[in-house]
Amino acid sequence: MDITRRGFLKIAGGTLAAAGFGTGVGIKPAFAMPRKIQYAQEVPTICPYCGVGCGIIAHVRNGKVINTEGDPDHPISKGALCPKGGSLYQIANNDKRNKKVLYRAPGADAWKEVEWDWALEKITANLKKTRDEGFKLTNANGEVVNRCESIAAIGGAALDNEEVYALTKMNRALGLVYVEHQARI
Amino acid sequence: MTNHWNDVQHADAILIMGSNPAENHPISFKWVNEARSKRGAKLIVVDPRFTRSAATADIYARLRPGTDIAFLGAMISYAIDKNRINEEYVRNYTDAAYLVNPDFQGPVDLDGAFSGLTGAKYDKATWSYQMDENGIPKMDPTLQDPMCVFQLLKKHYARYTLKKASEITGCDVKALEAVCDAYTSTFKPELSGTIMYAMGTTQHTYGSQNVRAFAVIQLLLGNIGVAGGGINALRGESNVQGSTDHGALFHILTGYLKYPKANQPTLAVYNEQNTPKNNDPKSLNWWGNTPKYMASLMKAWWRDADLETAYGYLPKVDDGKNYSYLPIFSAMANGDVKGMFAWGMNPAVGAPSSKMIRRALAQLDWMVCIDLWETETSAFWQKEAGVDPASIKTEVFLLPAASSVEKEGSISNSGRWCQWRYKAIDPVGHAEDDLWIINQIVTRTKALYAKEGGAFPDPIANLTWNYSKGGMDPRINSPQPREVAKEINGYFIVEKEIEDKVKKEIKKFKPGDMVPSFAMLQDDGSTVCGCWVYCGSVSDTENKMMKRDPADPTGLGVFPNWSWSWPVNRRIVYNRASVNAEGKPYAKDKPVLWWSGLKKVWVGDIPDGNGDPDAILPFIMVPHGRGMLFAAGMSDGPFPEHYEPLESAVRNTFSSKQVSPVIMRWDEKAKEKTCNPIIAEGCIAATFGSEEIKDFPIICSTYRVVEHWQTGQMTRWLPWLAEMVPNQFMEISEELAKEKGIVNGQKVRITSARNVEGIEVQAMVTKRLKPFTIQGKTHHMVGITWHFGYKGLVTGGNANDLTPFIGDPNTMIPEYKAFLVNVEKA
Repeated sequence: MDITRRGFLKIAGGTLAAAGFGTGVGIKPAFAMPRKIQYAQEVPTICPYCGVGCGIIAHVRNGKVINTEGDPDHPISKGALCPKGGSLYQIANNDKRNKKVLYRAPGADAWKEVEWDWALEKITANLKKTRDEGFKLTNANGEVVNRCESIAAIGGAALDNEEVYALTKMNRALGLVYVEHQARI
Repeated sequence: MTNHWNDVQHADAILIMGSNPAENHPISFKWVNEARSKRGAKLIVVDPRFTRSAATADIYARLRPGTDIAFLGAMISYAIDKNRINEEYVRNYTDAAYLVNPDFQGPVDLDGAFSGLTGAKYDKATWSYQMDENGIPKMDPTLQDPMCVFQLLKKHYARYTLKKASEITGCDVKALEAVCDAYTSTFKPELSGTIMYAMGTTQHTYGSQNVRAFAVIQLLLGNIGVAGGGINALRGESNVQGSTDHGALFHILTGYLKYPKANQPTLAVYNEQNTPKNNDPKSLNWWGNTPKYMASLMKAWWRDADLETAYGYLPKVDDGKNYSYLPIFSAMANGDVKGMFAWGMNPAVGAPSSKMIRRALAQLDWMVCIDLWETETSAFWQKEAGVDPASIKTEVFLLPAASSVEKEGSISNSGRWCQWRYKAIDPVGHAEDDLWIINQIVTRTKALYAKEGGAFPDPIANLTWNYSKGGMDPRINSPQPREVAKEINGYFIVEKEIEDKVKKEIKKFKPGDMVPSFAMLQDDGSTVCGCWVYCGSVSDTENKMMKRDPADPTGLGVFPNWSWSWPVNRRIVYNRASVNAEGKPYAKDKPVLWWSGLKKVWVGDIPDGNGDPDAILPFIMVPHGRGMLFAAGMSDGPFPEHYEPLESAVRNTFSSKQVSPVIMRWDEKAKEKTCNPIIAEGCIAATFGSEEIKDFPIICSTYRVVEHWQTGQMTRWLPWLAEMVPNQFMEISEELAKEKGIVNGQKVRITSARNVEGIEVQAMVTKRLKPFTIQGKTHHMVGITWHFGYKGLVTGGNANDLTPFIGDPNTMIPEYKAFLVNVEKA
């Protein structure tokens, strides 16, 4: 049997627990507090910060992340994490996160909470108006260019591959040429 | 990275230059330490600052910011003089023996320039190899011809003596020599050295040439393709590798296919111009497959259109025009860009001369920010930004995004491992994942154009977009990352029979079958593939990015069944250069792969190209198959040459070319005031010999700390991290602090040509920085992090309010790492 480090710890833990009960003659059994992550579901993930790609386990119970810790099975990080990776818990549990769609009207001095449907309708209307007004079929040399230079799209390094692929596909289908992200800077 | 994180353990020497992994990629240091404890590897750190990485080094060398080429040029010169080169490797696997165009001239002959310089641009006609009658570069295997690459290289770097380099860099000659000695000792075939670099290398007006200098050194020493070798870019964001692979930059499509230009009106012309030709039977010339990858991409985007029509849908860029990050903001300042989407990106803090960036944002009609927290960018119109909200007309949307544990999908690390992340919980509040948001915009825009018509609607109307279970109704559909992953990998859309040249058999495919490898992609429209380098990541039976088998069959830390690595699960690229002409590994104790003569197969890593040993040349991505010491593709010269940063108080003593002659000079327009006032104020620079330079005599560099990340948008909102480093600070040497009467913890004001009001930060008086003595004069340096802004649990002075608006001529990466400031008590 190929015993991984993690598997070994699990086996060792069970053996020690069994041994503990066996030697309790004359001594009152001591009951440890149940482990914080007992019965939690383990969900493997990868750290969202730098490019090392360390493994993290998110412990989930009742739809909440109750703990995050380094994934000991992970070949690169072997359970270790830096302060940022070790703080993933506070991304999932953070009362300052954006939880509503926010809108700021021209000249306004504060955000207004709005619904997704309203915002997306307005965003796509703006997008279409700016695209239609600025769209160029040809350039100064008369060459066909079919492009929209009045809209820029930046970002993508924090997105998953599947997301950023879809984003590139969307941007180019819209005719955007000002398409850039973190790799440039 | 040509190699991967675990592979660092095989290095015999590790050069950390332009990076600080102990601080910024901490877990990677596990493998640095492994190499030191297991192999006795020497750790060399070269940095202007005595960093946390430097604190653990065997050899530390301090250099003045922006003088990497002078330093590395001396190392190249040292290696050649002492004959510390891997001769067999250099002769067989690099272009050292190729003869260059007899009209080519370099900085030795032309006062710091290469032949072909007119104005601020090179005509590169003379940067070419001489070809024989078969169209193969002419060679002199003795490496003696004065026009062979090796002799030209030797001549170019003969000027880079240790003494000269020491005078320019400010690095002590002994330290410089110790570094050269330790690192070039890996020229022995059985030894390898790795280079770990990051933004300290790239963020200069010659950043690409800094990387080129690494490439020259690694090729001379025979360190590419081998275990414990390579050129390893330490990526700063969790998926900046993947987002680059997927074409989120103006100049590329997915898989690094070149972006189509206006003077390439048809796919046929595009293919003709972008498919390199090669007549050397030993060269695989992998980009010769361009038409297959391009056709498969067009079919992924517009399935029902023929290939030429689909190509016609792509927007075209003007030849020679740059649409990168800096030009976006200068166009925005000019009012030409009217709308912007910012997907998890924060230019109000992260872009250079960010005060100018915020003024440019105010010129937008609308902006959509998609983020986890309120960022400085989304809040550029607020009072905290120092503006009057009533005066800003921009309409702003801030869409709440799901975090990494609230969705599923893959990300690619620096070592090209594509690792799947699973969804742990639902997004918080009303947050949604980015794919959901993208899907909403696409499906709604499609519906809008179908209803109203509009400018050139076909690419939107005909865009293939079927990732959802709920059909096209945006209110109920939910896009599936696993469906997108299948499209990225690619599948057949018609029945196809293909000859497998390796196994010498016919393979039959039916519509819907996953394409097993990019070697099977077709140029006739019969295959779909969203990103050819990811072809092979998803098979008919499994998503290989989900693999979690920790087995390490060779014991070398390769883990072939842990996740999936592009390309084709190859863990070390150019690995055919790790073996000799018989297929025997140069380093027997750490073989990447080897030829089994008995079975006639390669064993170990997935080889770069099949065939018998010596049947192909190892550098399969370049047309002629050999590693390039002479790189004609660069905008600023085939060999790295030292220039000073745009803002430098030191004269370039190599030539009269003070700065790179081919950089785009917004600062000159700013000086002449031939641009709008936003650019004029935001792009002004304290250049050598200018009036401004008297007011800004101190060198400044920017960097990061382990507790924070980038602009702080994902760390300054986390109580634990905010508490650990709650303040922006400026590191200052004891010498400069004494001169200025500044004490530790005191408030200081840092100003630059672009920000005369300056930013206020706390001083940290430290031994980590020391003054440099250059040409007999003392030059001081300070350093600040770029993690702070005006939003978050903790806030502070924004470093990029000071940085110059100037970029590298190849990549346009900004020069964040070396500029001039003044410092006074606040």
